[in-house]
Amino acid sequence: MEVLLIFTLAVLLAWPLGRYMTGIFSAGSHWSDKVFLPIENGIFKLLGINPRHGMTWKSYGIAFLLSNLVLGIIAYLLLQFQHILPLNPNDIEALDWDLALHTAVSFLTNTNQQHYSGQAQLSYLSQGFVILTLQFVTPAMALAVCVAVLRGMLGGRNATTAKEGEERNLGNYYQDTVRAVLRLMLPLAAIVALALTSQGVPSSYQASPTVDVVEQQQTLSEQTIPLGPVAAMVSIKQLGTNGGGWFGPNSSNPLENPTPVSNAIQTIALVLVPMAVVFMAGGLLRRQKFTLLSLAVMGLLSLAFIGAAVYSEQQPNAAFAGLAQEAGNMEGKEVRLGTDLSALWATFTTQTSNGSVNAMHDSLNPIAGLVTRSGMLINGIWGGIGCGFVNFLVYVWLAVFIAGLMIGRTPEIFGRKLEKRELSWLGVLLVLPSAVILTFTAITVAFPALTGNSNPGLHGVAQVFYEYTSAFANNGSGFEGLGDDTTWWNLSCVVVLILGRYVPLVIPLLIAGSLAKKRQVPTSAGTLPLYNVTFAVTLITVILIINFLSFLPSMVLGPIGEALEISQQAAVVLAQ
Amino acid sequence: MNRLHHSSGQAPWRPAIGLAVSMLVICGGFYAAIITGLGGMLFPTQATGSLVMVEGKAMGSALISQPFTSTVYFHGRPSSADNDPMATGGSNLAPSNPELRDRVAQQSAALASTYQLEPEQLPVDLLASSGSGVDPHISPAAAALQVERVAQARGISTEQVSQLVAQYNESAQWGIFGQPRVNVLLLNLALDKNYPL
Repeated sequence: MEVLLIFTLAVLLAWPLGRYMTGIFSAGSHWSDKVFLPIENGIFKLLGINPRHGMTWKSYGIAFLLSNLVLGIIAYLLLQFQHILPLNPNDIEALDWDLALHTAVSFLTNTNQQHYSGQAQLSYLSQGFVILTLQFVTPAMALAVCVAVLRGMLGGRNATTAKEGEERNLGNYYQDTVRAVLRLMLPLAAIVALALTSQGVPSSYQASPTVDVVEQQQTLSEQTIPLGPVAAMVSIKQLGTNGGGWFGPNSSNPLENPTPVSNAIQTIALVLVPMAVVFMAGGLLRRQKFTLLSLAVMGLLSLAFIGAAVYSEQQPNAAFAGLAQEAGNMEGKEVRLGTDLSALWATFTTQTSNGSVNAMHDSLNPIAGLVTRSGMLINGIWGGIGCGFVNFLVYVWLAVFIAGLMIGRTPEIFGRKLEKRELSWLGVLLVLPSAVILTFTAITVAFPALTGNSNPGLHGVAQVFYEYTSAFANNGSGFEGLGDDTTWWNLSCVVVLILGRYVPLVIPLLIAGSLAKKRQVPTSAGTLPLYNVTFAVTLITVILIINFLSFLPSMVLGPIGEALEISQQAAVVLAQ
Repeated sequence: MNRLHHSSGQAPWRPAIGLAVSMLVICGGFYAAIITGLGGMLFPTQATGSLVMVEGKAMGSALISQPFTSTVYFHGRPSSADNDPMATGGSNLAPSNPELRDRVAQQSAALASTYQLEPEQLPVDLLASSGSGVDPHISPAAAALQVERVAQARGISTEQVSQLVAQYNESAQWGIFGQPRVNVLLLNLALDKNYPL
C-alpha cells in the first residue's frame, strides 16, 4: 500500500514539474524569468557568451565535453590537495592519487561510486564544496544534452527556416545547463533539505557533540554524534540521481534518513526529476502522446520490478532458516523502514542511476539482487536525469527500426528517417555495455588477487559484476563488502565510468543532429504508428531482449546461480 | 544566415572555466551555507543531532542506538559497527554466506536459552544486524519478548513494564508511513526515570 502510495505521489508531483521544465527549456519568455533572468545574465557575462547564440550538435557536444574536462580537473586538484586547503578542521590527510582521481571522475560522471569511506577520508571542503557542486551541475549537464537531443528530433530551433542538409540549432549548452541548475535543481534541493532537517537530518557547522552512553561498555563508553551540512547534501544527492551520501551506509543511517516520512520524501525525490523528464519530453516534442507511451512502458516495467523486489524481501533470508521466526529478510535493513520500503528504494535507486541505498544491497535476497542489476543494465526506466531518457530514446529508435523491418517500411520517427549512418551508431551503443562490463569483469575475476571480496563463491562473481555494472550505468551503488580502494579497482572503474557516461550521451546527440538535418516526410497511412499497444509491446520486448541476450550468462554465474545454491542448502538443512 | 555558433570561432575555454567557477560559488558556497543556516534556525533540535536531554545533560541521540547488555535494560539489535555512529555500516554478508549463518546460529542459540523459547519463535530483527549498525529501534515483538526479563531484573511487575513499552510503541508515522517500532534508548531512559534502580 505504502509502496503504491509513494509511487503515485511521485508521478503526480512529476507532472506539473515536467510542465515547468518544458517552459524553462522552450524558446520565448517564461514566468520564472522575473526571478532568474538577472542572475543568469550575470553568469553569462562572466562566461563571455551570448545565450541567444544557438549551437550545432557538434559545438553543443564539444561544449559539454570541454566543460566536463575543466570541472573534472578542478575537482581532482581540490580533492588531491584537500590536506593543505582550508576547511579541514579534522586534519584529514591527503588522498592517494588514484583514489582522488576515482572520486573526482565518479562524481563528475554523476555516478557517486565511493571507494573512500564517508566522512573519515574527506575534508569539509571536499565533501561540502567540491562534491556538493558536482552533484548539482552534473545532472544539469546531462539534462541539457537530453533537451538538445529532443530539439534535434524536431529539426532544431531553426527547423522552419533551415534548408534540408543544413546544420541545425539545438540551443545553447551553457544556457541550458545554468537554467537547469538555477531554476530546477537549486529550488527543489532547498525545499527538500529543509523538510529533511525537520525530520532530524543534521544541518549544522557546529563541532560534533560527544556523549557518555547510558550503560558503559568495555567496547564503547562514549558516542560522537556526527554533524555537518548533511541535509543540504542529502537533498541534492537524492534529487540529482547522485547517490553519494554524507555517511558511509547512506540513507540507512538514521542521521541521514531518520523517519519513515523522511524516507518517503527521499524516495519521491529519488524518482521525481527522472519522471518529470518524461513529462517534459512530451512538451518539448509537442507530442503529449509520446509522454503517455513512455510513461506506460516505463511505469509497467518499473512496477513489475518493484513487485518482484518487494516479494523477494518479504521472504526469509536463507541464512535464518530454522533459527528465527519465518519473516522477511531484515539483515542489513532498518526496523523503522521494514522490508517493503527497502525493496522499493532498492528498485528505484537502480532504475534511476541514483545509487543511494536505505538497506545493504549485499544482503538482499537473490531475486531483489537480480532486480537491482537489471535496473542498472536497462538504465532507461526513468534512468538518470537526462541520460536515462536519452537511453530510452535509443531503445525507441531501435524499436522503430525493428518494427519498420517487420512491416517492410523505411523506419522513421516524427517524419525523419533512420538510415545507415544513424543505425551504425546505434549498433555501437548496443554492443558497448556488454563489451565494457563483461571484459572488465572477466579480467578481474581471472586474477583473484585483484578482487578483494567479502563473500566466497558465486556471490563473489556477482560482486565484481555489480561493481562494473554500477560504474558503467553511472549508478554508484555497490556491494559494500568489496575491498574496492585499490589501484586496480580505482583505475579500471575510472575507465568504465568515463565510457559509461560520455559515449551514451554524445552518440545520441550525434544521431539527433543527423536526424535534424533531414527532410521531414509528412505523415501518411504508411507511417508506423507509435501510440498503440503493439508498439509499446514491441518496445518492451526490445528493451528486455537486448539486455537478456547481453547479460544472461553473467546473471547465471551471479544471482541466479546463487539462488540455486541457496535453495540447495535449504533443502539440505530441511533434510537434516 | 542564422546565428549559429560554431566552436571554431572563439576560445571555448572561457565559458567552461566560468561555468565551473560560478557553480562552485553558487552551489558549494551560497546554497550550502544558506540552507544549513536556515535549517538550524528553523529546527534547532533536529539540526544538531536530536540529542536527548535529561536534567540538562545529553544522554545520547534519539536517532542513534546505544549498546545495552545488562538485564535491567531492553536490548537493541545486533550491530556490525559496535553502535559507533562514527563507524556505521552493515554486515554486508550475503544470504548464501556461511559466515552469516554461523553468526545467526550463535545468536539464536543464546537468545533461545535466555528466553526459554524455540528458535522459530524469535523475532527476526533481534538476530539480523541493521544496515547502519546504529538502528535505534526494535520491533514491538522484540520488545514484548524482553518485558518479563526486565521486570524481574528490576523487581517490578510485568504490567508496569508493559505499560511503559506500550507508551513508547510508535505506530506508522502520519498513519501510513513506516513500521511499528520501539526506540530502545528512550524506553530505557524512561525505565530509569520511573523505576530507578
